[in-house]
Amino acid sequence: MEHPTVYSEEARLKALFIKSMAGDAASYRLFLSDLTRYLRGYLRKRIPKMREDIEDLIQETLLAVHHARHTYRPEDPLTAWIHAIARYKLMDFFRAHARRGSLHDPIDDHQEIFSLSDDEPENARRDIRTLLDYLPDKQRLSILHVKLQGMSIAETATLLGLSEAAVKVNVHRGIKALAARMREAT
Amino acid sequence: MKTEDLVELLSTDIEPVKKNALALLLMGSVLAALAGAFVIMVTVFGIRPDLASVIATPIFWEKLAFPLSLSVGAVIATSRLGRPGASIGAGWAFLILPVACVWVAGAAVVYGAAPADRALALLGHTWRSCPFNILLLSIPGFIAIFYAMAKLAPTRLRLAGAASGMLAGTLATVAYCFHCPEMSPAFWSIWYLLGMMIASSIGALLAPRLLRW
Repeated sequence: MEHPTVYSEEARLKALFIKSMAGDAASYRLFLSDLTRYLRGYLRKRIPKMREDIEDLIQETLLAVHHARHTYRPEDPLTAWIHAIARYKLMDFFRAHARRGSLHDPIDDHQEIFSLSDDEPENARRDIRTLLDYLPDKQRLSILHVKLQGMSIAETATLLGLSEAAVKVNVHRGIKALAARMREAT
Repeated sequence: MKTEDLVELLSTDIEPVKKNALALLLMGSVLAALAGAFVIMVTVFGIRPDLASVIATPIFWEKLAFPLSLSVGAVIATSRLGRPGASIGAGWAFLILPVACVWVAGAAVVYGAAPADRALALLGHTWRSCPFNILLLSIPGFIAIFYAMAKLAPTRLRLAGAASGMLAGTLATVAYCFHCPEMSPAFWSIWYLLGMMIASSIGALLAPRLLRW
């Protein structure tokens, strides 16, 4: 396989991300799974001794990217935007674990984010399905049906006796609450 | 849950991102800040009685230009710090130049005044209350702007908090200009600035708690 360069990856992932922002789910899925591999490579290099935390941190960063996506401007480099988020989540992790000492290298080179890709996941410590149980029923069921079982918004709305707009709101709030739960769990 | 399940969860049935959402959000909070500051200024302090006559003088507009141009810098800084990877950049010019101008003008006034009048130029009649009045007027803006900032994605929390507090402080000072009788640049260069800096410092102090995401 031809090795992609940091620059070609910037262009490719940026195109995917811009399509995702317009509502293209397939592009978004591809973008997020590619990003997952890059984050894994990035984090394994940064915190090699904390392998079991890496998968949690990846998930947190993915949620952060998801929530921040409205702040991305297509005229800006995607690498810088993603790196700032990944770095923020990593620093937050260090702060939470009071392990600042493990931060040996400066983490300011944003080119680095798309330079290492890693395909083998560790097991995450947290189980999002367990975290889901903490959510209110409407949010949990909306996420379960729409997001995990792939039902349409209309089907879910009929099933739960809610309006379609309410289902969308519940999914949105549920994912937000999930991210907040994750943060508390670290 | 595996990470690939999370990817699935996030990417199923996504909503398109609304364009300009960020600009609208910030614009709304700036308007709310101004409205709130004006309401408190009118009800608590009252518009200066001679406004109709001072509004015709250049010095009134020079005074207003000071917090107004700072607020431009603070808007630029706030909107950039709300986006990961962006820096304040050109916003610094709008934050530094107005302060430099007022300091130069203030120094000229003090230097040009008779020694007996210098204290008056610096302290005016209201130096004790001025920074705190500005602080009071900045409360609605503080809430509105932090509310907007929390919906963005600041990655440098202290700086983002300082910029948000500064924005609230500058808008409060704009409103305060319609009450405050002080007309000496030397006065503004110290006491107006102090009020805005306190607002900014409170923002930086509270940011890790209010803006963490």
